[in-house]
Amino acid sequence: MTETPVLVRWLLRILAVGYLVLLVAWPVSLVVLRTFENGWTNLLTAFSDPVVTHALQMTVKVAVVAVVINLVFGVGISLLLVRYEFPGKRMLSALIDVPLSVSPVVVGLALLLVYNSRDGWFGPALQDNGLQVIFASPGMIMATAFVALPLVIREVVPVLEEIGDEQEQAARSLGANAVQTFRRITLPSIKWAVVYGVVLSLARSLGEFGAVKIVSGNVVEKTQTATLVVEQKYQNFEQSTAYATAFVLAFASVICIVIVSILRPKEAS
Amino acid sequence: MTSIQTALPGRSARVRRSPRVGALTGASGLGLGVALLWFSLLVLIPLAAVVATAVAGGWENFASALNNEQTMAAVRLTVTQSAVVTVVNVFMGTTIAWVLVRDRFWGKPVLDVVIDIPFALPTIVAGLVLLALYGYESPLGINVANTEKAVFLALAFVTLPFVVRTVQPVLEELERDVEEAAASLGASRLTTFRRVILPSLVPAIAAGAALSFARGISEYGSLVLLSGNLPLRTEVASVRVLTYIENGDAASAAAVATVMLAIALAVIVLLDIIQRRVARRD
Repeated sequence: MTETPVLVRWLLRILAVGYLVLLVAWPVSLVVLRTFENGWTNLLTAFSDPVVTHALQMTVKVAVVAVVINLVFGVGISLLLVRYEFPGKRMLSALIDVPLSVSPVVVGLALLLVYNSRDGWFGPALQDNGLQVIFASPGMIMATAFVALPLVIREVVPVLEEIGDEQEQAARSLGANAVQTFRRITLPSIKWAVVYGVVLSLARSLGEFGAVKIVSGNVVEKTQTATLVVEQKYQNFEQSTAYATAFVLAFASVICIVIVSILRPKEAS
Repeated sequence: MTSIQTALPGRSARVRRSPRVGALTGASGLGLGVALLWFSLLVLIPLAAVVATAVAGGWENFASALNNEQTMAAVRLTVTQSAVVTVVNVFMGTTIAWVLVRDRFWGKPVLDVVIDIPFALPTIVAGLVLLALYGYESPLGINVANTEKAVFLALAFVTLPFVVRTVQPVLEELERDVEEAAASLGASRLTTFRRVILPSLVPAIAAGAALSFARGISEYGSLVLLSGNLPLRTEVASVRVLTYIENGDAASAAAVATVMLAIALAVIVLLDIIQRRVARRD
């Protein structure tokens, strides 16, 4: 065996662990400690603040709708990309990843330019038909759906490619229709990839900040989400409330990744 | 018996009739149409609007927005700090991936979860978290808030997982016998690493580095509380875009945003080239 020498191994181990502790583990644990420095008081104070509770409700509402949209769109587009041939497929497949590299601020600006009701491309027409997008929930949902768009697709596409389409063809040839084939054959085999993608999308959606800040207008108790409350409370020197709200968000996202890491080995076996 | 006899011709007929997998049928064609419409309304048209607004402002507006001293400083800071963080990630990310794959010690599974925290944590919380250890009330006595180091720190935090997570699977699949062969042929450990292991990791490291650079360019949330957004000193490109939006100067905002989009696009193209080259090598 070509084992790395003990000294080098210890050096690399200390370097890696030290870096992670200083950059991630220690700072994160400090926020947890500050949240609980007065026992449960900070959390209870935060939860009795209507600004915070309204923002948390808003966050959950926007995130859930965005995740459902991305789930349906993501599974659909994955099936189309893997199972069908059509002109421009390679192009679409490359464009799908674009949202991951676009700055949240640019996402906000882009949606603002098209959907604002004053001089946007589609905004005034939509406004006349009674649909306000910017400074309202539709815009916030769109911004959230934009930033989390590729996550489900990136999980589902490799699994679809790996399982192949023999079973699906067999089901078809035995007389199953498209819906039956999808429900009985395709869905069970991509189930964990879908769950994984949804959990990642949820974590991303709950935490979106920049894009939502621009399209929501950040109106307290109307369009303010939890991440926007963290910023506002911190800047208003209500730090304990900021830490408590941050803790709730961090807790939700860490739960998401723990779920993912529990699901992963199951998927492999 | 009868059921089989009736089923068989039906089956072969259906096989002959069914379109080859891959051709779009009515339902899947409709699905593609709906998906493309949504994708256009959500992503393509809005991004086109950014570029169109920048172009509509004319070349002079484009040039004046980018020649603005404050914008120049912001773009320069964003690009340099992203580059520095990417270099750090190349070294630290590869080291961490190596430790995760080749080393075995108590608590390693926890380390695996810790690496995913920056992905999952909301960016504004990431800023708050870093401020707790490296801000005014730092238990270490290190206060980097409102300095260039804060920008570095925030970018290092949010881009941490990229190189680790791209290198790790490649390292896991690397055949140990090649290394053993190199060692048995008299190669030193350093030579084995440099000539055998490193070449197979380079595409993964490059892909991770590209992702981390792109993320660094586009970062906003984690910097809000940490860097103070001081003009000419700690203000990054995305904050600049936001300032233009808040001042109602859509054309200038779009100009800076277009530059950021161009960088993001360049990175995507680069990634695609790397991935195709790797696929060809396989």
